[in-house]
Amino acid sequence: MNNLLIVGQYVPTNSIVHRMDPRVKMLIIFFYVIFIFFANNVISYSLFTLFALGSTILTKVPWRFIVKGLTPVWFLIVFTFILHLFVTREGSVLFNLFGLQIYSGALEQGAVISLRFFLLILLTSLLTLTTTPIEITDAVESLLGPLRRFKFPVHELALMMSISLRFIPTLLQETEKISNAQASRGVDFRTGPFRERVRAVIPLLVPLFVSAFKRAEELAMAMEARGYRGGEGRTKLRELRVVKRDVAALVCFIVIAAAALITRDYS
Amino acid sequence: MDITFEKVDYTYQANSPFEHKALDSMSFHLPTGSVTAIVGHTGSGKSTLIQHLNGLIRPTNGKVRIGDYVLEPKKKPKHAKALREKVGIVFQYPEHQLFEETVEKDIAFGPRNFGVPEQEIQKRVAESAQAVGLRADLLKRSPFELSGGQMRRVAIAGILAVRPRVLVLDEPTAGLDPRGQKEIMDMFYRIHQEQQLTTILVTHSMEDALAYADQVLVLDKGKKYMEGTPVEVFSQRQALQQVQLDVPEMFQFLLKASDRFGKPVAYQGQDVERLAEQLAALAGDPNE
Ligand SMILES: Nc1ncnc2c1ncn2[C@@H]1O[C@H](COP(=O)(O)OP(=O)(O)OP(=O)(O)O)[C@@H](O)[C@H]1O
Ligand SMILES: [Mg+2]
Repeated sequence: MNNLLIVGQYVPTNSIVHRMDPRVKMLIIFFYVIFIFFANNVISYSLFTLFALGSTILTKVPWRFIVKGLTPVWFLIVFTFILHLFVTREGSVLFNLFGLQIYSGALEQGAVISLRFFLLILLTSLLTLTTTPIEITDAVESLLGPLRRFKFPVHELALMMSISLRFIPTLLQETEKISNAQASRGVDFRTGPFRERVRAVIPLLVPLFVSAFKRAEELAMAMEARGYRGGEGRTKLRELRVVKRDVAALVCFIVIAAAALITRDYS
Repeated sequence: MDITFEKVDYTYQANSPFEHKALDSMSFHLPTGSVTAIVGHTGSGKSTLIQHLNGLIRPTNGKVRIGDYVLEPKKKPKHAKALREKVGIVFQYPEHQLFEETVEKDIAFGPRNFGVPEQEIQKRVAESAQAVGLRADLLKRSPFELSGGQMRRVAIAGILAVRPRVLVLDEPTAGLDPRGQKEIMDMFYRIHQEQQLTTILVTHSMEDALAYADQVLVLDKGKKYMEGTPVEVFSQRQALQQVQLDVPEMFQFLLKASDRFGKPVAYQGQDVERLAEQLAALAGDPNE
């Protein structure tokens, strides 16, 4: 199947990060994404880097897996860096590359932006690597809870999310099965002229839609048969609870965020 | 076409935490013209094995030979399409692969992909529809309007219309009613004999393995656990129970009868009448 992209894959290692409250994980990541844009010196960048790498180590997910899983992202990061080298014209000229002048500012900015990009992707992929779709949905439902007062359909949204997440692997599996079956009937998905390849998608898509609709109908029927009536008065099997390790992680993050704000060069 | 597996390993998602060895040093030989039943507990690697047969996947280690075609690790097969024309696979629930507007078009899809001339296609569609027992008036209908059993027949006809030399069946009767099951299996057996195919049947039904197969391959956790004629394999009840498999009803019955009369009654492929006589002889004279 899709070995290349780890975004969206859960790796059960039962580490301390896995056992954290998903709401806390999401909040930290959310604010990390915001606060990293306040970093503008060596200290704050080192702290943010340390935080991301430290969290990665704590997840106990093998490094090799993460590095390989970010393959498509590496490409983007390197691309960003090179783009910066060529277009930014700040600082002094460092050297000449094939007639192009490379500025010191370009090197610096390229490095900083690539680093930022890398950290963002790394930390956000940790969320799905260590949190099951169910936990993510529960966290979303809980975090959006206050919106209920404004008649916002929080429960329905969370349900939709969990159903979609639940069916992604199923659909991928189905896709693989059907593409195997059609390949056995002589369909060539990989070679041939572009027009042919587009046409080859039809035998894949039609059965996929048919089965998706069938599944949706069956699911609706099964839910109704089990008396599903929406979110009203519904209790949870797994209560989310903030415990010591969550507090510790939060404190850790707040310190770093504060350091970034304090050391920031506002000039 | 002879089929040979030489120490084949297959690993899903190699080098990841999800790494899973689905086939482990698998070796066997299936002669041309034979029917082989592959049995094994769920997850034992049957479907993984058959995906090697037309090059959908390649071994992680080892070698697969299908006639003159050789599949090796890390080497893209040159004539994958030619191989797929020779090896027809009827996947589990093949009706899920239907997509055309009419039954006729769907059956014609395979032959058309393999470049069969238009006139020949028409001929093959009619022939294979008849072979699987589809009425001619269904050909113009949409495949999605048919019953489950009819849809399955359409899908099977779509494979047969390619005229493969090797026919691979992954639980072809799953989810059908008993009568439909027997009809489909008898149909496959007839086609196997008429066209002198090499057939591989993945099944959970020990009765089918006994009734149709020349040899049985038992898999367990990706390894070859047992191999032999149906009588050889099914005579080893305890070994089979160790891997959560039962022996066919016929064998269970004979074991019980042997217990009851205190004398062994061995099944060696004799027909039902002969067996009945043997049993009657035992039962008729209990004091002997
Ligand atoms: N795409 C895949 N990715 C990872 N693991 C897989 C994949 N497909 C199958 N497996 C694993 O490989 C093993 C063998 O699977 P396979 O489908 O060959 O079993 P099977 O004998 O056909 O079982 P069944 O009788 O249920 O059809 C199983 O443990 C399964 O979990
Ligand atoms: Mg299977």
